[in-house]
Amino acid sequence: MRPSAARIAAGLRETAPGIAAVILLLLIWEGICRGFAIRPFLLPAPSLVFAQTLAAWPVVLKHAWATLGTVLLGFAASVAISLPLAMLIVSSRALAAALYPLLVITQSIPKVALAPILIVALGANELPRVIVTFLVAFFPLVVGTVAGLMATPPELIELGRACRAGRLQELLRIRLPFAIPFVFGGLKVAAALAVVGAVVAEFVGAEAGLGYLIQTSMAFFKTPLAFGAVIVLAVMGILLFQAVALTERLLFPWSSGAAPPGAGL
Amino acid sequence: MIRIDRIRKLFPTREGEVEALRDVSLHVAAGEFVAIVGASGCGKSTLLRMIAGLIQPSSGQVLLDGSPVTAPRAETAMVFQAATLLPWADVLRNVTFPLRLMKQAGAGTEARARALLATAGLTGFERRLPRELSGGMQQRVAICRALLQEPRVLLMDEPFGALDALTREEMSLELLRIWQGREMAVVFVTHSIPEAVLLADRVVVMSPRPGRVAEVIEIDLPRPRSFEQEALPAFQAAAQRIRALIYGGRLPRAA
Repeated sequence: MRPSAARIAAGLRETAPGIAAVILLLLIWEGICRGFAIRPFLLPAPSLVFAQTLAAWPVVLKHAWATLGTVLLGFAASVAISLPLAMLIVSSRALAAALYPLLVITQSIPKVALAPILIVALGANELPRVIVTFLVAFFPLVVGTVAGLMATPPELIELGRACRAGRLQELLRIRLPFAIPFVFGGLKVAAALAVVGAVVAEFVGAEAGLGYLIQTSMAFFKTPLAFGAVIVLAVMGILLFQAVALTERLLFPWSSGAAPPGAGL
Repeated sequence: MIRIDRIRKLFPTREGEVEALRDVSLHVAAGEFVAIVGASGCGKSTLLRMIAGLIQPSSGQVLLDGSPVTAPRAETAMVFQAATLLPWADVLRNVTFPLRLMKQAGAGTEARARALLATAGLTGFERRLPRELSGGMQQRVAICRALLQEPRVLLMDEPFGALDALTREEMSLELLRIWQGREMAVVFVTHSIPEAVLLADRVVVMSPRPGRVAEVIEIDLPRPRSFEQEALPAFQAAAQRIRALIYGGRLPRAA
């Protein structure tokens, strides 16, 4: 991926409409707030949000770091648990039958309801927050990885069997690499959901974090700061998503559909 | 070398068992090129997978050098209709994949793979990913992958079926060229009657439901084969005979 003038120009042409749309939205928002003289604690204008967030920047940054820590730990736990879990599900029909209902149960429980129970049980520390983040984020990763492991073309499996590969070899050398694009699809969703999970946990029990900042700000009608925290959360989610996409492009260029250098005969 | 002895194969389905093969017996000599032709559902792919040891017969047996085939063997290698290359591995690693999987890759493996790719006209493509290659090139890689195992039996399941007509003709002659230099039997499943006649020493014609051997036809054409031979009476006679066997009494007539 050599950055050339043409490539940068092409990139700009692709992103320009998106940036323009965001700017337009902010302008309309600003206009409405000023035109109708809406009181800031009901709906602050973007300029006010920006100014107040900047004024409290060290505090916002401290809370952002706390949230990022929870997000990354929860995300790491999702990866560490989902991948082996998916392989177990694929490796045996009985295990799949046993595990799938459990997975669906974890998904049908509202995590907001679970968070206070976990905090009482585990204490007011990082652990319950990481667990809630994990519970919100891991499911699409399991489902995506299972789908990928199952989507391996039957001829590839036959090739493995013709080469007298065992079950484990088949899983590790054929199915798992084949599942990589699916795994990354799941990772992208999990990254975005991890941010949601961390905030849910912080709403219920935390003394730091952007979720906590939003709650305390709103308790004192400091709406602009709450809006600022929401925007920081959005940026955090976008950056995590992009980090996953970049990792895929760098480590598995064959997976992301990005043309490798020198492609095209 | 391969002896197929009164094989029967039943597949369980929801409506009870379906007989895929009935009383199939066949012999393939070492170094012989045998084509199997038949309509869809005549069990030709099933037969091929039994020789590969991927499927077991319900009764009867497949013997390779006198010993029954109960699991995939090192002497056989398979080429499928789709190239089935690993999308994440470059051409060279795709070709060496079976040997690496079987832990038989040694110091000379890569050099042999490069030499094989060179004979298939793929020099310079060793580091390309499969998706950067055309369909014909991908299938060449798949054939190189099978040949690198130095099989004594090469099993091909409609290997050129997914290619366009021109590439297909080119590839069939290339296959003959590669085969002639080796002590290797080829069992070649195809839908194409001219392809079968052009390539094979003998053509096994199968009839469907249940799959049976209708007739085995000796192809009496000199080698090396070429497309000019399609005009010869012997070629025409063999193709006519196969067509008659496949369509039976209901030979379709166009207006």
